[in-house]
Amino acid sequence: MPMKIICNGKEKVTRPGISLNDFIIDLGLRPENVVAECNGTIVKREEYNTYLLKDDSMLELIRFVGGG
Amino acid sequence: MLTIAGHTFRSRLFLGTGKFPSAEILQRSIEASGSEMITVALRRVDLGDPADDIMAVLDRNKYVLLPNTSGARDAAEAIRIARLARAAGSGDWLKLEVTPDPRTLLPDPVETLAAAKELVREGFKVLPYINADPILALKLQDAGVAAVMPLGSPIGTNMGLQTRMQVEIIIAQAQVPVVVDAGLGAPSHAAEAMEIGADAVLVNTAISVAGDPVRMARAFALAVEAGREAYEAGLGPQGKEAAASSPTTGLDFIK
Repeated sequence: MPMKIICNGKEKVTRPGISLNDFIIDLGLRPENVVAECNGTIVKREEYNTYLLKDDSMLELIRFVGGG
Repeated sequence: MLTIAGHTFRSRLFLGTGKFPSAEILQRSIEASGSEMITVALRRVDLGDPADDIMAVLDRNKYVLLPNTSGARDAAEAIRIARLARAAGSGDWLKLEVTPDPRTLLPDPVETLAAAKELVREGFKVLPYINADPILALKLQDAGVAAVMPLGSPIGTNMGLQTRMQVEIIIAQAQVPVVVDAGLGAPSHAAEAMEIGADAVLVNTAISVAGDPVRMARAFALAVEAGREAYEAGLGPQGKEAAASSPTTGLDFIK
């Protein structure tokens, strides 16, 4: 059964038990340049590999952009 | 040389990275500016454009990254952005800005002070963006901020140092560095801020929207250096009456 999570407000279907790190890579992003907040809690970058996403996880992926 | 929170900067020009026409022009503008303090913002990743990554052109070994809390409307939102910025690996530096009114983008002094106290407690090096309010600047200094950043005029207006008198008071009173931020629209504005004793200026829009941002970055760098040199040299006094620069004696041969 595929798993669904909400990432940046959009529904994404992925495989059960996927790590946060793999999920970020699957999106075409570099994990070292992304900060993740899952269900309102910041996930430390060194935990991306061991942090497993769950069904209906609410994920926010944020990164630096140009700004003053 | 300028020292903020124990870090020494050779350049007194801080550069914002918003609104540049391309990543390549941004990178060349940073080089031309000589800046060692670069501001960035934090935003949700656009999942439709994952390749749009500013960190690909910013060398973290060359510059201090100064993430801002732009978009925050109150202290709680600013603190949340600050914690995310730190988790994103930018270190402890933070440009604190709390701007509840999108029309004026003027900073909220009450929320800014509240957020500054909490973020200093959490170990951030806080550089708050403030209106040019000398009393607020002192309160923030007492709260332990690393520098204060009074505005010259509202963000993005290019209107220059409209707050000159208040900024002069802030500079006269401050024990922490004073960085004039926002509204400096021309190199002459930056030079003026430096001539009155600002420790540094932060410029973004005036450079990024210029016809040639790379050359404008260099123009600002020259102006900042000139203004600082003039401040250290000591400007002559102003007066409302003329004072001859040529000798007033020895004119007998024409009289």
